[in-house]
Amino acid sequence: MINLYPLLIIAVVLFIVLNLAAGLIWVERRLLALWQDRYGPNRVGPFGLGQVLADSVKLFLKEDWIPPFADKGVFILAPGIIVATAILSFAVIPLAPGFVVADLNIGVLFLLAMSSLGVYSVVLAGWASNNKYSLLGGIRASAQMLSYEVFMGLSLLGVVILAGSFRLTDIVEAQRKVWFVIPQFPGFVLFLIAGVAETRRLPFDLAEAESELVAGFHSEYSGMKFGMFFVGEYIGVILISVAISLLYFGGWLGPVLPPGLWLAIKTMTFICLFILMRAGLPRPRFDQLMSWGWKYLLPLALLNLLVTGAVVLALS
Amino acid sequence: MQPALVSNEELAVELGAEAKSEITRDGIPTFWLAPNEIHEVVRRLRESVPRPFKVFYDLTAIDERARRNRNGRSAGDFTVVYHLFSYERNDYVRLKVPLDIKHPSVPSIVDIFPAANWYEREVWDMFGIAFEGHPHLTRILMPRSWQGHPLRKDHPARATEMGPFVLPDEKLDAEQEALRFRPEEWGMARGREDTDFLFLNVGPQHPGTHGVLRIVLELDGEEIVNAVPDIGFHHRGAEKMGERQTWHTYIPYTDRIDYLGGVMNNLAYLTSFEKLAGITVPPRGQMIRVMTAELFRIISHLVWYGTFAQDVGQMSPVFYTFNDREKAFSIIEAVCGARMHPNWFRIGGVAQDLPRGWDAMFRDFVNYLPARLDEYDRTIMQNLLFQARTKGVGGCTIDEAMEWSMTGPNLRACGFEWDVRKKQPYACYDQLEFDIPTGKTGDCYDRAIVHVEEMRQSLRIIRQCVDQMPGGPCNAEHPLTTPPPKARTMHDIETLIDHFLGVSWGPVVPAGEAFAAIEATKGNNGYYLVSDGGNGSYRTRIRTPSFAHMQMLPLLVRGLMIPDLLAILGSLDFVLADIDR
Repeated sequence: MINLYPLLIIAVVLFIVLNLAAGLIWVERRLLALWQDRYGPNRVGPFGLGQVLADSVKLFLKEDWIPPFADKGVFILAPGIIVATAILSFAVIPLAPGFVVADLNIGVLFLLAMSSLGVYSVVLAGWASNNKYSLLGGIRASAQMLSYEVFMGLSLLGVVILAGSFRLTDIVEAQRKVWFVIPQFPGFVLFLIAGVAETRRLPFDLAEAESELVAGFHSEYSGMKFGMFFVGEYIGVILISVAISLLYFGGWLGPVLPPGLWLAIKTMTFICLFILMRAGLPRPRFDQLMSWGWKYLLPLALLNLLVTGAVVLALS
Repeated sequence: MQPALVSNEELAVELGAEAKSEITRDGIPTFWLAPNEIHEVVRRLRESVPRPFKVFYDLTAIDERARRNRNGRSAGDFTVVYHLFSYERNDYVRLKVPLDIKHPSVPSIVDIFPAANWYEREVWDMFGIAFEGHPHLTRILMPRSWQGHPLRKDHPARATEMGPFVLPDEKLDAEQEALRFRPEEWGMARGREDTDFLFLNVGPQHPGTHGVLRIVLELDGEEIVNAVPDIGFHHRGAEKMGERQTWHTYIPYTDRIDYLGGVMNNLAYLTSFEKLAGITVPPRGQMIRVMTAELFRIISHLVWYGTFAQDVGQMSPVFYTFNDREKAFSIIEAVCGARMHPNWFRIGGVAQDLPRGWDAMFRDFVNYLPARLDEYDRTIMQNLLFQARTKGVGGCTIDEAMEWSMTGPNLRACGFEWDVRKKQPYACYDQLEFDIPTGKTGDCYDRAIVHVEEMRQSLRIIRQCVDQMPGGPCNAEHPLTTPPPKARTMHDIETLIDHFLGVSWGPVVPAGEAFAAIEATKGNNGYYLVSDGGNGSYRTRIRTPSFAHMQMLPLLVRGLMIPDLLAILGSLDFVLADIDR
C-alpha cells in the first residue's frame, strides 16, 4: 500500500500556491487601484474576480509566438525555470505544523538555492530573445542578483544562529517565546530588501523597467510564456512573504486562530506590503542599486551576523 | 506694452553700411542683408556690438514667389529670416536675406550659434535652401526619401493635389533601404579602439518618449556615448496649413501645436496676430485669456508632474495628477464646452463671455489644488529615491542653456530669472502679481522645483483674475474682430455688409509682418506671421520651445546612463507636436 499522504500534501500545496498566484493578479490590480484613486477590474463577475479567469483564458488562447531571431530552445526553457524553481521552493515551506512536503534539515539553504536558480530564467530569457532591450534587462538582472543574493543569505544566518537549525519547522518552533523580528530586526529589514530584489518588483524591477527598457527581459514574450513569468513573479512574492512570516514573525504561531490561518494572515500582510511598495516607490538607477548593495547592505549584514554570533556566544 | 525699443538707426550704425533697415509692425529692428554678409553680421551681433545678442531665437524662410505686396522690398525668390535675442537689451533683432531661386544658398551660422543647427536643417528640408558649411545638412522633419520641399509655394498642400499614392516594388525597396541604419550617417562611430558600441533604438514606439520620438543611442555598456534624436514623426505641416486657412480658421490648428497647452497656443498666435492687425483687446477679454491660459499652464504641468514621476519608475502619482487635471478640465468644459483643444480665443477677444457661476468654479479649484500640491511634494519631491534619480542628473549651466536657446522653466531651472510675462508683459500680466521661480543647477530636480512652483504661481494669478475681473465687453471694437459684432447688423446696412464679409470671408489684414513670443507652458512660443494683404497668412512660422530643448538633449545625456536619459526626457517637459508642428 503506497502512502498517499505526501502526495495529498503536494496536491494541496500546489493548489494553494497556484491559485493564490493567479488570484494575486486580481488582488494587486484592485489594491493598486484603491491606492491610486481608481476602480481597477470590477466588471467580470463579483468584485471583478472573474478577471482572473478571463486573464488566464486570454493568456492560454493567445498565439504562442516565438520570434524567428530568438534562440528557440532557451527561449522556451526560460519561463519554465522561473515557475519550476519557485514552486520547488515550496517543498520545504511548512504551511502548518507537520504540513510540509519535505521537512529538510537544510530547508533555509534549499530555499536560498532555489531562489538563486530563478535568476537564470531572467538572464536566459534576456539572452535568448536576441533583443537589445531584453539583453540589457538580463544583464541588469544578473548584476542585481549577484549583489543582493550575497547579503540575503547572510541576513538569514542570524535567525539560524538563534534557532540553532536550518530546518524551517525548528526555526518557527524556536519563536515560541519571542518572534525573531525583535532580536533580529536589522536582519529582517535586510532580508525584506533582498527579498524584494529577489522578486524583481518595484523598486527593484530594473530588469523590467517598463519606462526605460519597454518590458526588459520579457519584451519578446507573449501568450502563456509571458504568463509563466507573471505567475513565476507572483509565486516569488508569495514565497518571500511566507518566508518572512516563518523566519521572523513566528510562522503559524498565534493565539485562538488555527495555525494555517495565522500563517495566511501574516503572509497576506507582506504580500500587501509588496504591492504597496510598488504603488509608492520610484525605481533607483542600477549603479545606485549596486553601490547600496555592496557598500551598505552587505557590511550591515556582516555586522548583524557578527553581533548576533557574539551575543549568543556570550549568553551561552 | 513693449519695452523701450532700441532704435533701428543705432543698431544700423553698429552693423555698418550694408544693413538696410525696414520698419515692421511689431517694432523689432529689422535689417536686410546680402547672403555673403549674414555670417559676419551675426558674428558681430553676438560678439562685438554693445549688449550683444547672445541668443539664437529662430530661423526660417519665406517663399516670396507668390507675393503680391512687396512694399518695395527685395525682389528675391526666397527670404531667409533670422531672429536673435538679447537678454541685456530685452529685445530681438531680425535679419533678412533675400535669395534667388537659382542660388538658394546662404552661409551657415552653426559655428557661431550651435543652436542654429536644427533650424538650418529645417529650412533646408522645407525650402531647399542650402547652408554652406553646415556640418550635417539633411532632412529633419520629412522622411529622407521625400521629393520636394513642402513649404515652397509650388508644393501641394493637400494630399488630394498630389495624385494617387502608389507603392511599386522598386519604391518599396528604396524606402526600406532608406530606413536602414548606418551609424555613420548619424554622425556616430561604430566603436572605439578597444570596444564596439551598442546602438539602441529608443522609439518611435517606446513608453518613455511621450510620443512618436526616436532617439538613437550609442552605448558603451549602459553608458550613453552619444544620442541623436530623430524627429518628424509627428509632423503635420501646421505651418503649411496656416497658408491655406484664413486668419480666423487657423485658431483651432494652434490648439494642437502644444496639445497639452490648450488656449495657451491660441494666446501665442493671437498675441502675434493682434500686433499685426493693431487690435487692442479690452481688459475683460485680456483677463479672461490670462485666467484660462494660466489654468492650462497648470493642466500641462500636472501632466508633466505625473509622467515625470512615472519616468523615474514611480507608478501612482500620474493617477493623482490626472485626477486633478480632470477637475481643471471640468472648468474649461463648463466655460467653453471643449476640454483639451478649446479653440476658445478669437481675434480681438474670446468666443463668449464667461458663463454664470464661473467664479465659484475657479475659486474652488484654486482652494483645492494647493493641498494636493503639498501632498505631491511629500510623495514625489521629498522621496529620497526620486531625489537620488534626479539630483545632479542632466544639469546645464546658464551659458549652455542660452547657447542652445533654452527657454521657459528649463532655463529658469539653471538660475536665470527670465519670464516673458514679467520682462515683456503681454495681455494683462503687468497688472498681476507673481514671482518667477528659479533653480540653481539646472538639473532634473531643479526643473521639477521650478515647474511645481510655477503651478503655485499660476494659482496665485488665477485667484487675482477671479478677484479683479473687470466688467465691460470681452471683445474688441475693431473692424477685424472675428466674429464681427452683431448687435447693430439689423440697424444699418454697412454693419450688415461688414458682418457678412467678416463671417463669410474672414478678416483682411494689410500686408505686413509681426512676431511675438509668449511664455507658454514649456517655454517661449512665438508666431511669426506674414500678411500679403489677404484674409489668410502668407507665411506662418511657429517657434516652439520643445524644438530647441530636444536639440539640446545629446548635450545633456552624454556620459550618463539609460535611466538618466528617461529622467531627463521626463524633466524637459516637451510635447512631440510642439517639436514637429
